[in-house]
Amino acid sequence: MATTYGWLVLAFPLLGTLVIAFGFRSLPGHYAGWIGTAAIGLAFLAALGTLIALQGHSPSHRELESSLWTYASTVGVNARLSILVDPLSVYMILIVTGISTMIHLYSISYMDEDRGNARFFSYLNFFVFSMLLLVLAGNFLLLIVGWAFVGAASYLLISFWYRRSTATKAGIKAFVINVVGDVGLVLGTYFIFKHTHTLNFLATFKAAPHVFQKGEADIVAGCLLLLVGAAAKSAQVPLHTWLPDAMEGPTPVSALIHAATMVTAGVYLIARMHVLFELAPAAQDTGAVIGALTLLIAGTIALTQTDIKRVIAYSTMSQIGYMIMGVSVGAYAAGMFHLMTHAFFKALLFMGAGSIIGAMGGEQSLEKMGGFRKVLPFTFACFIIGGLALSGIPPFSGFFSKDDILLVTAERGGWHWALYVAGYVGAFLTAIYTFRMIFRAFYGEPVAEARELEGGHLHHAEVPTNPANGEVEDTDVGFPGPHHTVAERAMPMKVAMTVLAIGAIGAGLVQVPGLDDIIVNFLRPSFAGSPLYEPHTKDGLLIFGMVLGTVLGLAGIAIAYRIWVAKPGTSAAIQARFKPLYELSVNKWYFDELIAFAVVRPAASVGRFAMDTFERVFVQDTMIGGTTGLVRAGSAAVRAVQNGFLRYYAALLVLGVAGVGFYFLLQA
Amino acid sequence: MSIAWYLAVSAIVFSLGVVGVITRRNPLVVLLCLELMLNGANLSLVAFARMWGNGDGQILALIVMTVAACEVCIGLGMIVAIYRRRLPVDVDELRELQG
Amino acid sequence: MSTILFFIAGFGTIAGAVGVVVLRDPFYSVLALVGHLISLAVLFLLLRAEFVAAAQVVVYAGAVMVLYVFVVAYVGGSGAGSPGDEPLGGVSGLGSSASNLRLGGAIAGGALLIELLIALLGTGLKAISGYGASYAPGPRTFGTPAYIGNLLLTRFLLAFEAASFLLLIAAVGAVVLAGRRGGLEDEEERKLTPLDLIRPQGTGTTAEGVGGQHR
Repeated sequence: MATTYGWLVLAFPLLGTLVIAFGFRSLPGHYAGWIGTAAIGLAFLAALGTLIALQGHSPSHRELESSLWTYASTVGVNARLSILVDPLSVYMILIVTGISTMIHLYSISYMDEDRGNARFFSYLNFFVFSMLLLVLAGNFLLLIVGWAFVGAASYLLISFWYRRSTATKAGIKAFVINVVGDVGLVLGTYFIFKHTHTLNFLATFKAAPHVFQKGEADIVAGCLLLLVGAAAKSAQVPLHTWLPDAMEGPTPVSALIHAATMVTAGVYLIARMHVLFELAPAAQDTGAVIGALTLLIAGTIALTQTDIKRVIAYSTMSQIGYMIMGVSVGAYAAGMFHLMTHAFFKALLFMGAGSIIGAMGGEQSLEKMGGFRKVLPFTFACFIIGGLALSGIPPFSGFFSKDDILLVTAERGGWHWALYVAGYVGAFLTAIYTFRMIFRAFYGEPVAEARELEGGHLHHAEVPTNPANGEVEDTDVGFPGPHHTVAERAMPMKVAMTVLAIGAIGAGLVQVPGLDDIIVNFLRPSFAGSPLYEPHTKDGLLIFGMVLGTVLGLAGIAIAYRIWVAKPGTSAAIQARFKPLYELSVNKWYFDELIAFAVVRPAASVGRFAMDTFERVFVQDTMIGGTTGLVRAGSAAVRAVQNGFLRYYAALLVLGVAGVGFYFLLQA
Repeated sequence: MSIAWYLAVSAIVFSLGVVGVITRRNPLVVLLCLELMLNGANLSLVAFARMWGNGDGQILALIVMTVAACEVCIGLGMIVAIYRRRLPVDVDELRELQG
Repeated sequence: MSTILFFIAGFGTIAGAVGVVVLRDPFYSVLALVGHLISLAVLFLLLRAEFVAAAQVVVYAGAVMVLYVFVVAYVGGSGAGSPGDEPLGGVSGLGSSASNLRLGGAIAGGALLIELLIALLGTGLKAISGYGASYAPGPRTFGTPAYIGNLLLTRFLLAFEAASFLLLIAAVGAVVLAGRRGGLEDEEERKLTPLDLIRPQGTGTTAEGVGGQHR
């Protein structure tokens, strides 16, 4: 029964995609949006069905597999179309379908009057389908398929406004980096498959401890490669450069893909493969270090970014760093818990950003925003809720989840204390940049657009332009539509944001340490057998961590208030004093330039060499030119025979006769 | 003389005819060389007729002569027609059928 | 005796042939051919083919060659067509200049000759090393007109009739070819044929299409 619901969860979004894709001509107006939302809503209900059905099984029998048919069964490889319904995947599909339903609802208003409305919902449904496939996959093959589909959907959605050159470039960048991750994933699978000879998850996990020694080279290599895949998909250093550029996509896309779901695929991967990672401590440590590094680097960059969506993007990167760090040190339940809470408040923040961008008429720069507090009260409230949750202020959800991760990290002891410290530094930075964003956008003197809105008129740009580089656009297909709105005016947006706000506030209460351990207990069957899973017992550290987190969060808010509200010139002064640091941060730690220098330029020069030298000289001139030249020469020679001279023909005739006679003479 | 001698003469005459057809430009002379070739063939026909002692080769030689006469008729008629139309009487100039 | 005669006749034959090929003036070539034909008739006589020899002289040398003489006198053709005089007009891929073709012709002819000689003489056939079948002179033996006539009208009747038919056609054709068409000059004047009456406007031969209807 549970697995039937599982298949339904997959079927509904796929159906939604196909119906919208093939029927969009006959669907007038908003139907595409409602159909898409309904599809995901039904998928959410089916996910609830799997949850309830799963609870019907005893805890030790909660890993259910179901197969539709066999793809291929050849020497050694038995690939079946199978899904795995167990607590971890049910947890993930609930989050994915729940958040997606809200975002679809939000998009109905946001993408109103965009010429590509139906295309948008079709792509979005396809994305949800791919993500669900990834999460529900029961073997490596389907995981890789889902992984690739998700990358493709991300590309389609980032470059949704395809006539914007910045958007298409960003889409390509995202896709290329994701491909690097795909390669890592496939190679990692190979290393594991080489020894276990099965692609099926349950069989692999059962066989792995017997087949691999702890720390053996192949398993470490395999897990490191899986980590590469996870890092690419979850935008961890150094494969993170695509995420800020991915903000070129519409805001709902940023909310769904680049906050709540796709970027968490890496976290899910590591959690799912925990059996293998526990056999490769080196990979685990690498993952933890990468998570911690990303956490800090992204936090510092977010302090100086001016585009509101990019601030939130770097914040996502930082929080995913927490999650990766969490699942790498063994805090599986904590990492997944933070995944859920982060999905709520990050999606909420992005939706709020969409609302304020609508108020600004498409402008996204924080430098041009200010004083929207009175005019956009609902948006402001959502931002505050999301910001408090993000900064880890109790009793909001982010507080519980973040502290849980850091606690388990500390419990591992040894050098993990450095990660613990890094985590709290990151929390401090998080509070600062989050509230920097909120204060700059909502406090201070109201800007012209805010005053317009006070008067009841929503600002529309005279000439639509690309907010990134100022290029002039139009509102036809391939560019954003002429309509934009704020949450206060659109009921679907309000409903969606309210639901998410409730989640951001209250979701933490499912895992209050000491009180209830719902998540830990729920996920236990998936992680049975892992020595790292059992929850902590050190209460002293727990209390200390909670207090420290709260203090750091409040301190961050206070500092942000001082710099950006109380004394407006402070930030410029700090910029001037710490110029090198400021430059490093604003230029995103020069990662783009580094990658361009180390990877892109050599590749481009190889390509150029191939085109200019190899292609031109060898292929064109020698092979093609040679063969055509040969043919031409041959035909010229043959053509010369037909010159019209009678005597010449006669001579040829006689020569032919002589030849034949010669042959017969030889025979005799 | 044995028959072989006659055949040798026939071969020589035929080859000379071939050379002439290929080498000469005046169509009249080309036709003459064509006649040479036919005569060479005639000689060998008659020689073989002598060898076998029956008249088959001679009859064929007569027929060949007849055909040669007809062909000369037509060929010369054509040359006259060409000359009448003021075209150059030269096999190299008359080459509309060229590739 | 016959040997000497053979050599004389053979020499004459070959000399005539050479003359036809080599001599510049076509008139001289015709004369050379006449000499060649007479020598050939002598050779035929040596082979006891009397009727063929007579026919050769009367028909070939007498009629065909006279025809040739007339045409050569009419057309002339002196100067044009000597091997190696002027370079050939026109361009051709393999450069068929006169020297090239002379060489080519010599090679072709030479190759043919050598092959023929090898074929004929190198086979070692006993029959051709003999003098031929036995011969007894008589009114109806090999080579006499009666013998030939008998054969023509019995065994080779079809060939005989076909040859005569061919002669008829040739005669008619020659008349048509060389006959005047209402005037020596006047190439601009198009001769109307029944085909012209039913042919649609604008169609015609390609040559007419490109404006070269006179060629």
